[in-house]
Amino acid sequence: MNRGWSPYLGGFLTGILLIVSVVVTQKFLGKPHYLGTSTAYVRVAGLLEKAINQGSEALSYYQKYQPKVDWKVALVFFGVPLGAFLAAVKNGEFYAHLIPARWKESFGPRPALRALTAFLGGFLIVYGARLAGGCPSGHGLSGMSQLSLSGFITVAGFFIGGIPLALILYRRRK
Amino acid sequence: MEILLGFLTGLFWGYIFQRARILRFEKHIGLLTLKDFTILKFLLSGVIVGSFGVNLLAQFGVISYAIKPTYLLANLLGGIIYGLGWALLGYCPGTTGGALAEGALDGFFGLLGGLVGAIVFAHTYDFWKEKVLTIGALGKTTIPSLIGVSPALAGLIFSLLLIGFCLFLERKGL
Repeated sequence: MNRGWSPYLGGFLTGILLIVSVVVTQKFLGKPHYLGTSTAYVRVAGLLEKAINQGSEALSYYQKYQPKVDWKVALVFFGVPLGAFLAAVKNGEFYAHLIPARWKESFGPRPALRALTAFLGGFLIVYGARLAGGCPSGHGLSGMSQLSLSGFITVAGFFIGGIPLALILYRRRK
Repeated sequence: MEILLGFLTGLFWGYIFQRARILRFEKHIGLLTLKDFTILKFLLSGVIVGSFGVNLLAQFGVISYAIKPTYLLANLLGGIIYGLGWALLGYCPGTTGGALAEGALDGFFGLLGGLVGAIVFAHTYDFWKEKVLTIGALGKTTIPSLIGVSPALAGLIFSLLLIGFCLFLERKGL
């Protein structure tokens, strides 16, 4: 079975990608763009809300992060999915499924339960990341690489919240 | 230009994510239940390269920093909320779209939840800004500035510490 790349190789290449991206964006866009993803959700959310809720663009947060397709939206919502899709197809690993095997081991095959939990989890990661000011890319990779205090505190928070809940949720195996 | 660069960066990153198994639910839950350290190894090796490279290039003036300001309470609280969502979803904001593109259809509900989370955050931002972002607001603080060493030296030391930690993980067979 194809086991893919070592996480060290993947991480090394990600570090190189971060540096190249910062150098290139600083040169061509005039301002360094460090890798980060959760702001992209705000931009897209703003665009969606604008379509259904006239006047929402007056909210201070949408003033701070104007609804538009920017570098990060292109990265998160177009680049990453396409890159992942190409890698999966090229290596014969595309596999459509609604419920991850590890989830099924603890919670069984009910699709509605998984869909609902995934929705709630998605809500919390983006809500939490926006309160903290970033996600594992923005605060973790880019923040810690710049030795930013906020990065270390936020990453500690990820684990303080995530480890106890995961140990409780996934302890039981059916 | 901006959109194209973001898209290309995402394309490479998504490919790397898929090959290094960073998109898999099992790997995220494996980390949070302290069984499988793939995700941590990936993140830390990105930071090893990033910390060394970013601080060195900044020293020579090739790039500039984009430090996220520290808000002690918001960083920690947002991090914890993120962690709870992470344990439920099993993906992160940057990898959810990639997971979906690899065939993990629960990622769709994660994305949807994330967009709703961003909308709700935009509507509650003023509350956090007034009540929480004022606590422990230390500005763009970095570890080197706190301990009084040059960023390039601190970056090198931090990279070496992380290499040591990764060697420790491997020696323990984790």
